[in-house]
Amino acid sequence: MTSRTLPLFATIAIFLIAYLVCYLQFPAMLSTRVIGNLLTDNAYLGIVAVGMTVVILSGGIDLSVGSVIAFSGVFIAVMLRDTGLHPLVVFALLLAVTTAFGAFMGGLIHVLAMPPFIVTLAGMFLARGAGYMLSVESVPIQHPFYEVLKDAYYLMPGKGRLTLLGVAMLLSVAGGMILAHRTRFGTRVFAMGGGAQTAQLMGVPVGLTTVQIYAFSGFMAGLSGVAFSIYTASGYPLAMVGTELNAIAAVVIGGTILTGGAGYVFGTLIGVLTMGLIQTYIVFDGSLSSWWTKIVIGALLLMFILLQKGLLRLGTARAAA
Amino acid sequence: MLLTIRSLTKTFPGTRALDSVDFDLRAGEVHALLGENGAGKSTLIKCLTGAYQRDEGELTLDGAPISPQSTLEAQELGIGTVYQEVNLLPNLTVAENLTFGRQPTRFGMVDGRAMRRQAEEMLSGYGVDVDVRRDLGTYSVAIQQIVAIARAVTLSGKVLILDEPTASLDSREVAMLFDVVRSLREQGLGIIFISHFLDQVFEISDRVTVLRNGCRVATDDIAGLERLRLIEHMLGHELEDETREGRHAHVPSDPSERTLHFEGVGRRGLIEPFDLSVGRGEVIGLAGLLGSGRTESAEVLFGIKPTQTGTARDENGEIALRNPREAVAAGFGFAPEDRKTDGIVADLSVRENIALALQARRGWARPISRAEQNRLADHYIDRLDIRTSDAEKAVGDLSGGNQQKVVLARWLAMNPRFFILDEPTRGIDVGAHAEILRLIEEVTADGMSILVISSELDELVAVADRVIVVRDRRHVAQLTGAEVETDTIVRAIAAPDADSDEEAA
Ligand SMILES: Nc1ncnc2c1ncn2[C@@H]1O[C@H](COP(=O)(O)OP(=O)(O)OP(=O)(O)O)[C@@H](O)[C@H]1O
Ligand SMILES: [Mg+2]
Repeated sequence: MTSRTLPLFATIAIFLIAYLVCYLQFPAMLSTRVIGNLLTDNAYLGIVAVGMTVVILSGGIDLSVGSVIAFSGVFIAVMLRDTGLHPLVVFALLLAVTTAFGAFMGGLIHVLAMPPFIVTLAGMFLARGAGYMLSVESVPIQHPFYEVLKDAYYLMPGKGRLTLLGVAMLLSVAGGMILAHRTRFGTRVFAMGGGAQTAQLMGVPVGLTTVQIYAFSGFMAGLSGVAFSIYTASGYPLAMVGTELNAIAAVVIGGTILTGGAGYVFGTLIGVLTMGLIQTYIVFDGSLSSWWTKIVIGALLLMFILLQKGLLRLGTARAAA
Repeated sequence: MLLTIRSLTKTFPGTRALDSVDFDLRAGEVHALLGENGAGKSTLIKCLTGAYQRDEGELTLDGAPISPQSTLEAQELGIGTVYQEVNLLPNLTVAENLTFGRQPTRFGMVDGRAMRRQAEEMLSGYGVDVDVRRDLGTYSVAIQQIVAIARAVTLSGKVLILDEPTASLDSREVAMLFDVVRSLREQGLGIIFISHFLDQVFEISDRVTVLRNGCRVATDDIAGLERLRLIEHMLGHELEDETREGRHAHVPSDPSERTLHFEGVGRRGLIEPFDLSVGRGEVIGLAGLLGSGRTESAEVLFGIKPTQTGTARDENGEIALRNPREAVAAGFGFAPEDRKTDGIVADLSVRENIALALQARRGWARPISRAEQNRLADHYIDRLDIRTSDAEKAVGDLSGGNQQKVVLARWLAMNPRFFILDEPTRGIDVGAHAEILRLIEEVTADGMSILVISSELDELVAVADRVIVVRDRRHVAQLTGAEVETDTIVRAIAAPDADSDEEAA
């Protein structure tokens, strides 16, 4: 185990221990039903967190994703209400829009040499505003195809449902793992996280890569928007406020270093599931108020940041030796 | 002509870094590029490889005009480069660094096994034992530099550029590098070699070009070129007593008058416990091969690696040295070897960097007045000959050698009573080199005690009153008085030790 993999193993260990604790208290939590729901309920978060992981690995941040998901829901609902387009066509259109939006932000970040924080913060307001322009109220989606999507599942042994949404999230994670860890593009992302200037001298096309990174995040946010609209069967411009922060929290709990350059996409999945697990526990308990979720997540975050600081110090001490 | 540069001009705000420079590189030659710190060598390289965009000038490669817009484009043209200030990416594995941008892929995915095999092949000629799957950052600076060289060599189809590649290498590694360079020369590559080690320049180069203040002042064949003439070209005037060898009276302090005592300090795995007593105004040299425990000794003394055994005390009793902060509080100073990463705040100005450590020691409640800061900055810019347009320039925009001078200035400004200098003249030009040795003499006359670590024995002989020899993580000998001579030091370093083996170095 190296100092690189330690946060990942720590995340996995925490998740397993947490699950064990839950199981001891509520044996019913170890069932395919609960697991299936865990995947379905957190699908939108998992998908968008994969995009966020890549952004953070590159040393950036994308604050616009929550708004983009909300915009996506409204866009899909309005398009289905006002045009006769098939949902699949609408999805394709939407993904093109959000990907282009991400690419545009990436371009701005590079060309204006502005901090990603500022540019994506502007993007966050912009996307939220665009959602409002389409509709101020919640728009329900009533399309037969949506019923098909919602009811598509595989019945696992033990009556748990592995839904289309859950599968979509797992596939997104798998895709993200390949992209980040097994492609040249992924290495470029890590290189930028390690130091943009060095990366440039080594021959990374920094501008192009930045555009690609934020385009990818935009694409994943769009995909997450699709998942969320299937999940809620409606579009509402005020939805998903703060989701970008949940995604960032999942990434950090998953062991990715917030300053970039080190981390694992798989860890993000565990981060998402850990957050989902806490919520499930609270539901099972019934007497706990839901703000406990926030408190536990806050504590976990703090713990991981401290862990990373400690590792970083250990790493530099060892490199100096 | 393989590569030609015609009237290349590059200006930065406030500086004309290159002024209409011409440069030719033949196939099959090693062409040294020399000049003082800040002469424009690295800037020339970066304009050539597309890292900077030039203001004016034409480049041709094999007769065809080229104009790389990015380092990637230069790589694709067959120009491989080791840049002065970077040793690749510490957060990627060695294999990823070596193959970066051209990793072997299968179905669009990086083929890990083929990548590792390729990386191992690339490193095979350099005699280093490296696990290519590990992160580059876990290896020493010397290994990182070798990896950077191996990468550049592979990328260099036509031209190989080495900007101070030997700064952290020991003589064995330098010899290995030169073997590689010679075989590339035989294959007809053109090699540009930048270094402040004139011995190395004479050993490997065929021609030299000298830059001064952004202008080319001479291009000559190395054969028949006199060393002093070359230095004159670089400085624009004659060097006042370049070699001060033997002129220094080696007077070790009277043991009874030594004020600072370290007893049995050490740390397992780094350096065996050793004793050291230091007198006021004394210069102690620390000699030994790279990796012998020189730097480790210094780190233990300065609390970077906390001691496991031993004590330190002065006239007033025991001194705590558990971490660098306590060492600084005790009046110690340490200018580390790897000044690229340690000790510089690239975005702050020269003035702020010099005032920084002093301010930290005084506490933020008692700010150093602006006038005082300016005085300090001007004093050291003048004293160390820091080439900068003014004291407000960001340190990151200075040339590599001048950044190092700023680090030295910062510590000198604190006026420590015991100052540890690890390779103080690496990457510093001949003129400033002599200046720094003179400065050491001057501050010791005022009572500062100094511990100098250096691989250049001439330098130790020139300044040290006593020399301690380190081998295999042990202090093995102390040379005093007339023994402080290059030959004796070499013999002490190489002295056969019952259980010493080559690999430990
Ligand atoms: N990015 C930059 N911005 C502003 N000025 C710069 C920048 N890079 C270099 N300079 C200036 O250009 C001049 C030449 O610097 P350069 O790095 O080429 O020197 P060098 O010959 O490589 O010196 P050294 O031997 O110290 O490495 C210096 O005066 C330096 O301050
Ligand atoms: Mg330079």
